[in-house]
Amino acid sequence: MSTGTAPSLTQNVAPLAAGAHVTGIGWLKGTAAFGLGDGGVLLAKDGESHRVEAHPDAGVLVAASDGERFVTGGDDGRVAVTGSDGSTKTLAETKGAWIDSLAVNAGGAFAYGVGKRVIARDDKGREKTLEVPSAARGLAFAPKGYRLAISHYNGATLWFPNVEAKPESLEWKGSHLDITWSPDARFVVTSMQENALHGWRLIPDKGHMRMSGYPSKTRSFSWSSDGKWLATSGAEAAIIWPFESKEGPMGKAPRECGVRPAKVSRVAFHPNTLVLAVGYEDGCILLIRLNDASELLVRPAVKDSGITAMAWDKGGKRLAFGCEDGQAGILTLP
Amino acid sequence: MTDKIPVTVLTGYLGAGKTTLLNRILTEQHGKKYAVIVNEFGEIGIDNELVVGADEEVFEMNNGCICCTVRGDLIRILDGLMKRKGKFDAIIVETTGLADPAPVAQTFFMDQDVSDTARLDAVVTVADAKWLSDRLKDAPEAKNQIAFADVIILNKIDLVSAGELEEVEARIRAINPYAKVHRTQNCAIPISEVLDRKAFDLDRIIEIEPDFLEEGHHHHHDEEMQSVSVAIDGEVDPEKFMPWISNLTQVEGPNILRCKGIVAFPNEPKRFVFQGVHMILDGDVQGEWKPGEKHTSKVVFIGRDLNEKAIKEGFLACAA
Repeated sequence: MSTGTAPSLTQNVAPLAAGAHVTGIGWLKGTAAFGLGDGGVLLAKDGESHRVEAHPDAGVLVAASDGERFVTGGDDGRVAVTGSDGSTKTLAETKGAWIDSLAVNAGGAFAYGVGKRVIARDDKGREKTLEVPSAARGLAFAPKGYRLAISHYNGATLWFPNVEAKPESLEWKGSHLDITWSPDARFVVTSMQENALHGWRLIPDKGHMRMSGYPSKTRSFSWSSDGKWLATSGAEAAIIWPFESKEGPMGKAPRECGVRPAKVSRVAFHPNTLVLAVGYEDGCILLIRLNDASELLVRPAVKDSGITAMAWDKGGKRLAFGCEDGQAGILTLP
Repeated sequence: MTDKIPVTVLTGYLGAGKTTLLNRILTEQHGKKYAVIVNEFGEIGIDNELVVGADEEVFEMNNGCICCTVRGDLIRILDGLMKRKGKFDAIIVETTGLADPAPVAQTFFMDQDVSDTARLDAVVTVADAKWLSDRLKDAPEAKNQIAFADVIILNKIDLVSAGELEEVEARIRAINPYAKVHRTQNCAIPISEVLDRKAFDLDRIIEIEPDFLEEGHHHHHDEEMQSVSVAIDGEVDPEKFMPWISNLTQVEGPNILRCKGIVAFPNEPKRFVFQGVHMILDGDVQGEWKPGEKHTSKVVFIGRDLNEKAIKEGFLACAA
C-alpha cells in the first residue's frame, strides 16, 4: 500500500487555481498551458499565471501540444491555438459540431475529428478530409512522417493525408476509443469500450494483440522514452505492458505499479528516465521508479479532486497536473 | 446518488410533437439549465442552453449478447459534458422518430463512466393521437417507443373524436399498461409530469405505481407486443426465483423490452425490487414491508411474442 509511507515531494509542488475542470495540459517551453472545461487556457510560468479566453462561453474538450503551440478543440466547434505569449486564434471552425478528438504533429500540422470526418492540415496549410466508417474517437500522428492513426467503431484506419493511396484498415470488432502509436512506429494500440486494449503489430506481420483484465476503461496511456513500456490507466494500479520484443506484450504479464484503493486516471512517463507519474481518481499523484518500484508522493488524495491531466516539460524537470474540480499544480523536481 | 445528473430520453414517431415538447420544456420559467442532445439542429431556438448534436451510433458490446447495444455517441457526449459539470442541472436526449430506445437506456447500465455520473430518469414518448394507431400497424419503432415508455404524451387530441381517443389509448394500454399517459394539445403539460420522474430508481418503482401490486384489468390485446404480469399471493423462494429470472432474461432478453417486479422473500423484512431492459437486470432489497402489510410478489414483462403461459408457470413455481 502506498502514500502513507512514500517519501514526499509535496513541498516541491506550487499549487495553482485553474478554476475549472482541467481537460489537457501542454508545455510551451517554460510555460505550462492548462486547457479548461470553461473554455479558458491558463498559462503559468515562474509562479505567475495568465488566463486566455480561447473558447469564450464554451469548453475545451481536448488539447494537444507540440511544444510550441497549445491547440484546443471545443464544444463551440472550433480548433484554437494559444501561444506562450497569451495570443490565441482560431485554426479551424465547424458548424456547431464538437471537436473532441485532436492531434498535433511537430512542425505545425494538426488533425481533428468532426463526427465521421477527419480533417488534416499540414504545415503548409494544405487541408485533406477523410471519412471513416463511424465517428473518429481518437487521433494520433505517427512518430515520423505525416501519417495519422484514427480509432473508431470496429477498428482503426491509418492514413497518409498527402498520399493518394487508399487508407489502411485495421479491423477488430468493437468500439475503439483512444489511440497511440509506439515511438518506434511498430505498434498501434487502442483502448476499447470493453475495458481492454487492442494492438496491431504493423511490422512484420499485422498480428493482433489483446490486453485485457482491466476493471474499467483505459483513457490514458504513455510510452516510456525508450519505447519499451506502455503505461496505462483503468485499474487500481498503473498497468505497464512490455513492448521491448518485436512480438509486443503477448504471452507476457504486465507490471503493476502504485497499487492503491483508487483507480488510476492518468499516467505520464518521464521524458528521459524510467519514472512514471501516476494520477488517481481520488486526487493522489505518485512518482514511481520502474527499476525498483520505489514511490514518491507528489499529491495526497483530495476529495472530489481526481486527476484529469498531467504533462512533463521537455527536460523532465517539471510535472504539471490538473484536476476535475479546477485545482492544479506544478511539481519542480529538486 | 443524489448528485448524478438526471437524463430524460424523449422519443416519439416523426411529427408527433417531440420538438414542441422540447421547446416547451426549455422556454418555461423553471430556473434550471438543460444540456440538450439533439439529432438535428435548427428547430430549437434556445440560445442559453447547451445544445449538442448526436450521431445515433449504435454499437454492439463484445460480450456475446446480441441485444446488448449502446449508443457510442452518447457515451462520448456525456464524457464531454462532464467537463462542464455545474453548467447545467439535467440532460435531455432527443432521439429521431425511428430510434429504438433500448440502446439509449442500456448505455446507462452498460457504461461505467456514464452510470457513475448520470442516471436515466425516464423514457418519455410523444404519440400522435390521430396517427398512432396506423403507426403501430406499420412501424415497429413506434411500438417499441410505446412499449418502452415511462411517460406517454398522447398529443394532438383536438384532432380526434372522443371515441377515437378511447380507441388509441386502449391500444397504448394493450402494449404498455404501466406507463403514465397524459392527453395533451400542443404538448401542454406541467413539466413536473415529464422531468424528474425517477422511473428507473428502484426505490421509486413502488411510489410511482401505487397500483403496482394490484391486479390490472386490460381487455385489449396487441397481437405482437404485450405485457405479461404474474402475481403470487405470498412470498417466493430466492433459490428458485433468482435462477429463474436470470435465465428468463438471458434467453428471452431480445424479446423483453422492459421488466419490473416487487418480490417478497421469506425472513427478509425488505422488498426485493428489480427492473430491467432486455438482458440487463438491476435489483436490490429496498423499502421495508409495513407492519401487518400483506407480503405479495409480482412481476411484469413488456415485450414481443412473449410466452405468457411459460412465464406465468415459471414464476408461480418460484412460490416459497
